Amino acid sequence: MTLAAAIFPLLTVVAVLTAIHRPLGDYMARTFTAPKDLRVERGLYQVLGVDPASHQSWRSYLSGVLAFSAVGVFSVYLLQRTQAFLPYSLGLPAVPEGLAFNTAVSFVTNTNWQSYSPEVTLGYAVQAAGLGVQNFVSAAVGLAVAIAFVRGFVARRSGTLGNFWVDLTRALLRVLLPGAVLAALVLLAGGVIQNLNGFTSVTTLTGAAQTLPGGPVASQEAIKVLGTNGGGFFNANSAHPFENPSPWTSVLQVILMLAIPFSLPRTFGTMVGQRRQGFAILAAMGVIFLLSLTAVTLAELGGSGTAPQAAGAVMEGKEQRFGIVGSTLYATATTLTSTGAVNSMHDSYTALGGMLPMINMMLGEVAPGGVGSGLYGMLILAVVTVFISGLLVGRTPEYLGKKIGAREIKLASLYILTMPTLVLSGTALSFAVPALRADIDGTSILNAGLHGLSEVLYAFTSAANNNGSAFAGLTANTPWLNTALGVAMLLGRFLPMVFVLALAGAFAAQDGAPATAGTLPTDRVQSVTLLVGVTVVVTALTFFPVLALGPLAEGLL
Amino acid sequence: MSTLTGTPTDSSDSTASDSGHPRTVAAVLITAIAVAEPFLGGPQASGGSEVPASFTWLIALWLWLTVLFANLAESVAEGRGKAQASSLRQARTGTTARVLRGYAADTDPGAHSAAVTEVPSSDLTLGDVVVIEANGLIPGDGEIISGIASVDESAITGESAPVVRESGGDRSAVTGGTRVLSDRIVVRITSQPGDTFVDRMIRLVEGAERQKTPNEVALNILLATLSIVFTVVVLTINPIASSSNVTVSVPVLVALLVCLIPTTIGALLSAIGIAGMDRLVQRNVLAMSGRAVEAAGDVTTLLLDKTGTITYGNRRASEFITVGCSDRRELIAAAAQSSLSDPTPEGTSIVDLAVTEGFVRDEIDGEVIPFSAQTKMSGVDFVNGSSVRKGAGSAVREWVTASSGVVTAELGEAVDRISQLGGTPLVVAVRDTSGKARVLGVVHLKDVVKEGLPERFAELRTMGIRTVMITGDNPLTAKAIAEEAGLDDFLAEATPEDKMRLIRKEQEGGALVAMTGDGTNDAPALALADVGVAMNTGTSAAKEAGNMVDLDSDPTKLIEIVRIGKQLLITRGALTTFSIANDVAKYFAIIPAMFIGTFPGLAALNVMQLHSPSSAILSAIIFNALIIVALIPLSLKGVTYRAASASSTLSRNLLIYGLGGIIAPFIGIKAIDLVLTLIPGF
Repeated sequence: MTLAAAIFPLLTVVAVLTAIHRPLGDYMARTFTAPKDLRVERGLYQVLGVDPASHQSWRSYLSGVLAFSAVGVFSVYLLQRTQAFLPYSLGLPAVPEGLAFNTAVSFVTNTNWQSYSPEVTLGYAVQAAGLGVQNFVSAAVGLAVAIAFVRGFVARRSGTLGNFWVDLTRALLRVLLPGAVLAALVLLAGGVIQNLNGFTSVTTLTGAAQTLPGGPVASQEAIKVLGTNGGGFFNANSAHPFENPSPWTSVLQVILMLAIPFSLPRTFGTMVGQRRQGFAILAAMGVIFLLSLTAVTLAELGGSGTAPQAAGAVMEGKEQRFGIVGSTLYATATTLTSTGAVNSMHDSYTALGGMLPMINMMLGEVAPGGVGSGLYGMLILAVVTVFISGLLVGRTPEYLGKKIGAREIKLASLYILTMPTLVLSGTALSFAVPALRADIDGTSILNAGLHGLSEVLYAFTSAANNNGSAFAGLTANTPWLNTALGVAMLLGRFLPMVFVLALAGAFAAQDGAPATAGTLPTDRVQSVTLLVGVTVVVTALTFFPVLALGPLAEGLL
Repeated sequence: MSTLTGTPTDSSDSTASDSGHPRTVAAVLITAIAVAEPFLGGPQASGGSEVPASFTWLIALWLWLTVLFANLAESVAEGRGKAQASSLRQARTGTTARVLRGYAADTDPGAHSAAVTEVPSSDLTLGDVVVIEANGLIPGDGEIISGIASVDESAITGESAPVVRESGGDRSAVTGGTRVLSDRIVVRITSQPGDTFVDRMIRLVEGAERQKTPNEVALNILLATLSIVFTVVVLTINPIASSSNVTVSVPVLVALLVCLIPTTIGALLSAIGIAGMDRLVQRNVLAMSGRAVEAAGDVTTLLLDKTGTITYGNRRASEFITVGCSDRRELIAAAAQSSLSDPTPEGTSIVDLAVTEGFVRDEIDGEVIPFSAQTKMSGVDFVNGSSVRKGAGSAVREWVTASSGVVTAELGEAVDRISQLGGTPLVVAVRDTSGKARVLGVVHLKDVVKEGLPERFAELRTMGIRTVMITGDNPLTAKAIAEEAGLDDFLAEATPEDKMRLIRKEQEGGALVAMTGDGTNDAPALALADVGVAMNTGTSAAKEAGNMVDLDSDPTKLIEIVRIGKQLLITRGALTTFSIANDVAKYFAIIPAMFIGTFPGLAALNVMQLHSPSSAILSAIIFNALIIVALIPLSLKGVTYRAASASSTLSRNLLIYGLGGIIAPFIGIKAIDLVLTLIPGF
């Protein structure tokens, strides 16, 4: 493979995102600030009993988020448990309790972790009415919270963050639905299947019998990537030819994953009236993305060992049609957003190469992160960065005119504390409690020792960050992992949202301080560098020991 | 003056809490393990590596040293304060107050016939009226209600020249512990016993009254978060390591935890705060709270009184302007002659200017006519019959016309022009021996802006601080002076209400306002401003309202105060950054050392090539302890602060304390490790 061919997919992604992030970002800013409602929206508000003109405090905004999500978890759980009675269920039985809980939580939290093989567990009814719906609304909830957070910077002493139900509706009807329809059409054109055929038995050329699954794949695939969900129609996810037939559909999926998250900084900049601020956030995300992509690609290209050398490259777990760069690009995009879809098996990467998708998630999925969650995650890091740099220039730190005092830094700190605590304690418990240890060693782990640790660590990192990708070696459909990962997903999604909305409320209650010559600018190369630095150092300090015990120890042997 | 023996200042609040601090707990724990080890068969191997017998003892020793050094930082800072406090206490020696019984303000304001009882100054309460005569110590803080006296305030200001204090007006406040040198005053006590100015000052410099400032609270939250993260990290190491059947020993884990949690900065934070207060006290400024000092660093708008702050307060001659066909030399001579025996600053400044333009002082042969409010002129009637006069335009005009002289329109123009420039015109005229008078010209008197101010204001501007001049002058004059001094804005013909309105307006725009004031009518504005610096010469109302008092009564010191506030914030931020950046190197020392016995490949992470796992861990612990000592001087002195834009300050400090904080421990730990290799077993 020539260098040009290797770089071409990346160049395509960069070119398309450069072209669309401004119009898409501005479109989203308009969507969430426009005073007018569509007729269908007005109808919905009447049914729901919502006054679209009313503004909510952070507490009632949060109540909306939590109530809506609780209903989501409950209904997806119920659908799975009653699958046997539902139409179009391909004759599949009810999903067991533990797995149903895990799956319900997984899709409502935008994680789309799959402890099961979809094609043999879930019928079309649950896929469409449960998971399909959640693919849309979980992304819409993330988007709404991010927009509410941005409103906290815009508000002056109002203390209100907009209306959750309006934001949710608009995110669905004006952003995700049209986007998904468009994406599905393009994917269809690219050869992704879309039918309700169930299983088809065919006889192959060699005469063997084979059962081919069908299904409404293209429609689910579109929102899977656009909404940074990642839950595949098939167990092999985007490595499956029916989901992702060709190198260019793979590139298209990467673009779709990154489209909304990379456009949101523009939305942020436009809404706060300082587009350079949005660009600074975008730049920080872009730098981290490129650094990570370079690292994982080099690790894979330089992979040593007898088997790779014989094969010419580290191709285990990678699809021949995507190649190394097509795989690492997809892996980087899927773990730096909260998608978790895979077109190659991260478990089979070289030890150091496999560490990078893990590190990507440990960064808190902020470059560019999930739909909405990436923006608010990065902005929280920006708040911490501004706090530290404010102390270094001798002023009470302020970001976009909002002072960062004790309450603000407390909420930002809690946000940052949540994910590492979940990851480390979840992993530690899995090995520290003898009964759980026996279960993990006996059932879950494919490879014992260092690589087994990496598999468990990856699972908890993926769950707590609502990513959903897995180190393939792990069997997660066990009582302990279904429960623990479910809890990690729930807390990893909603605790940060609590802190983000509370912080937005604190900012919204403040007046804005004017920028003077003494105000530290936050839209320069300097501040972007610092933001990247803080993001990396915070992650490194937190996860260095555990990485040393897993992938580092394995890779440096 | 009340004695404070009943309320000994107690600084234990800020230090004694160390017994519960993680580093102390760690030291106790490891000592216990070290004691127990010999009975359990020597030190436990950690992470697959054997450790020398003395390992646990050495770790325990250095943990105790860490505790010691951390306490040292605070006690050094407090020690400095105590030295100042003891000199203040001398001023507080108990004295006897002569309290008036039944003081009648209307009939006998001077209290010459009122009954006097003698009570110890410690028994004085709010509202008591005392009388103090020459050579008496003023027994408590108060306000003069009758009389005038010269007072020696050297006990609190260190300034030996006596100052005048009098009833009414803006110089009526007296401070307990100062001495009346002459005359007799009646004073109403304005402070509760034990809460006088000197008492508060003592408590402040001793650090007993130090409350955490908002930024400090926020920083502590961030540091606590880091501590929690690192605790979780360390607690989960053994469970996670058990997946590879590795166990790390408790001393090693504790060593890692103590190295990681921000103990360094934690130990230095209060020292930094105390030292900041101390720097203000050294400059004779008393801050009533640490919050005020910090707010000073945040100030975005400075309100500066024109007189005394921006100008010298006296008008000075700046130019001689001839009118008509008069001779310039004659004008200079006449102006100088008429001012030779005028002792006012205006008069001497005219002579000084004339001398620089070639005038030679000479004996005056004639009668000096002094300035009077009626004539509004001064001058000389010479023996030969001629006279010179200088004075206000209207008065001199009348004098000239009365002596059959002619006043041209040109004079009017010159006078108007000077007025427009904000100056004061003095017209000079002469009457010759024939009795005919004529106007020679005009002397331009103007407010002279203090030297170096435009540069200082430009400096403030780069720091992002707006300067606004407050003056009672008309807008024209104010504008001229503001432009000359390089101020950003001015408030002319300012009344106290105008000042309040300006402060409110600035604050509504999100600005933090600092101002100085001394009069009672300044008090509301001082209270409203975020930083209100009252002059020590001012009224007690002003001193109560402000949150700082300048003992030197120098309004320009406001700029100094802002610098100190900024320096305090930067020192705190710089040391925090340095301390967190240190963790990177400590990780590279300890993590490979922890597991290298089991995973030899981790030697690649041992970038410092430390000698052995034991020496690596011990080096990190020793570095962690020594760096506290090394940073004590910096935390007391404060980091260097240069007026510059926020961006360049950030770049500079990031380079020094951020990058420096990453690199320094790599060098330090390596150096310590080289020394440790000399110990057998390491």
